[in-house]
Amino acid sequence: MIDGVIALYIFMLAAFTGYEVISRVPVILHTPLMSGSNFVHGIVLVGAMVALAAADNTLLRVIGFIGVVLAAGNAVGGYVVTERMLKMFVTAARRKGP
Amino acid sequence: MNVLSAQTIQTLTQLSYLIAAALFILGLKRMSSPVTAVSGVRWAGLGMVLATLVTIAFMGASPLNFALVIAAIAIGGIIAWVSGKRVAMTDMPQMIALYNGMGGGAAAAIAAVELYSGNEQNVVHLTMATIGGFIGAVSFSGSLIAFAKLQGLITKSVRFGGQKFVNLAILLVTAAFGFMMVSGMHAGPPIVSAFFACALLLGIAMTLPIGGADMPVVISLYNALTGLAVAFEGFVLDNAAMIIAGTVVGSAGTLLTQLMAKAMNRSLGNVLFSNFGETSTAGAVGVTGTQKAIEASDAGVMMAYSQKIIIVPGYGLAVAQAQHKVWELAQLLIDRGVNVRFAIHPVAGRMPGHMNVLLAEAGVPYDLISDLDEINAEFETADVALIIGANDVVNPDARSNKGSPIYGMPILNADKAKNVIVIKRGQGTGFSGIDNALFVLDQTRMLYGDAQAAVNQLIQAVKASG
Repeated sequence: MIDGVIALYIFMLAAFTGYEVISRVPVILHTPLMSGSNFVHGIVLVGAMVALAAADNTLLRVIGFIGVVLAAGNAVGGYVVTERMLKMFVTAARRKGP
Repeated sequence: MNVLSAQTIQTLTQLSYLIAAALFILGLKRMSSPVTAVSGVRWAGLGMVLATLVTIAFMGASPLNFALVIAAIAIGGIIAWVSGKRVAMTDMPQMIALYNGMGGGAAAAIAAVELYSGNEQNVVHLTMATIGGFIGAVSFSGSLIAFAKLQGLITKSVRFGGQKFVNLAILLVTAAFGFMMVSGMHAGPPIVSAFFACALLLGIAMTLPIGGADMPVVISLYNALTGLAVAFEGFVLDNAAMIIAGTVVGSAGTLLTQLMAKAMNRSLGNVLFSNFGETSTAGAVGVTGTQKAIEASDAGVMMAYSQKIIIVPGYGLAVAQAQHKVWELAQLLIDRGVNVRFAIHPVAGRMPGHMNVLLAEAGVPYDLISDLDEINAEFETADVALIIGANDVVNPDARSNKGSPIYGMPILNADKAKNVIVIKRGQGTGFSGIDNALFVLDQTRMLYGDAQAAVNQLIQAVKASG
């Protein structure tokens, strides 16, 4: 279990990490990176699964089901478009070589 | 699964989440360099698969719930997979908005399950769930509106007097419902429903008045907000992977949003609360003069005998899918000994880097592509500035006309080039509805038509000039 203050520590360190990771990114990668970070918050899927797994009446099952569908869409869609975008950069980078 | 004790399962789950979180951060880090970028998204993907599989294995669902989970993943996953594979590169911004909205909706759904169930008694957890649910719901409906606008499903920006106060009122009502849920007063399902309805309404009301030109900033903001919502729900569920990944995205997204707003020389508050397009009609007063047309054959000859050409791509290039043709044209010119460069404004297109993605798709090498700071001094020595479907980012009014709504925005100094050729669909104003002083300058010639067709004509003209 994550204690309150420990949670705050995690929050703070993660916030600095996010800031640091993106602060050195060249402008050309901003869109792919936005897409990539969009994929990363697809981790909401595990939370939605846990919520649906614990649902004990029809209303909660319906909401939980919608949540998992949306979260899976976020994760899968985010991955697919990010990979497609980044693959182009690799091709361009190779072509640049001698 | 009964061979493992509850303690062991708990430890294994948490460990796998820790590994997933590490993979996310390393993945994002690798995505920040073009060379390692693809491996970056794969590392992050590996983390996602690991976390998902471990959750499926250990979530302890009843057979019914287990089946529902699997079915929901299949439905959402397959729809997103197919749409993500099919969407054209030019439509990426709205797809990101859509997937982002889904994430926000999922975070709101988690909060809804917690709040409707009434099982949660811990005030801190209730508060976290409520805040996360609020942010998630706003991000959900707001992203969907952003998607609809970019997709062309909503073409008008709805604005009316006192809109800010209406939005503020909705916010206050939402907060009041939220307080009722947290404080343990009679927060039955009706209050929870009203709370979510208001939050969703707020997302719609906030996004509807924002003009299309500001959408990149808005999408980035909602991306950061979804991250935060996920982090909050992570606190509620004691899920470290969600807290870390959500927070990392929240802070990275906030920084990215600031960078974008800065590139447009507008504060975030300005984007969200000032009605951009409304003042643009006033800016139109400053532009007088007529646009002078040019034939593609003449433009082609002019370019074929130039020393230095700077190409400025914009959204028109994306719409016409002209990136491959433009690179073909550039290669022809380079073979003739012309110095060809691409100048990319930070907010050209609908997102920062949107043009870079398209040029990368066409295979344009990086060293030919320059950003605003690198290239701006070079326009003075350029024989031709070729503007392809860009508008506001080359509007000299941003430098000189204080009455212009984009006054102060850094622009590409295309007007300093000896000749300017503008490929444009017609004589109207661009996406933001602002008239462009560049188009009526003495050295500017307009080449009307779809960007792909026009560039194709230029290619023929360059070839014909021997």
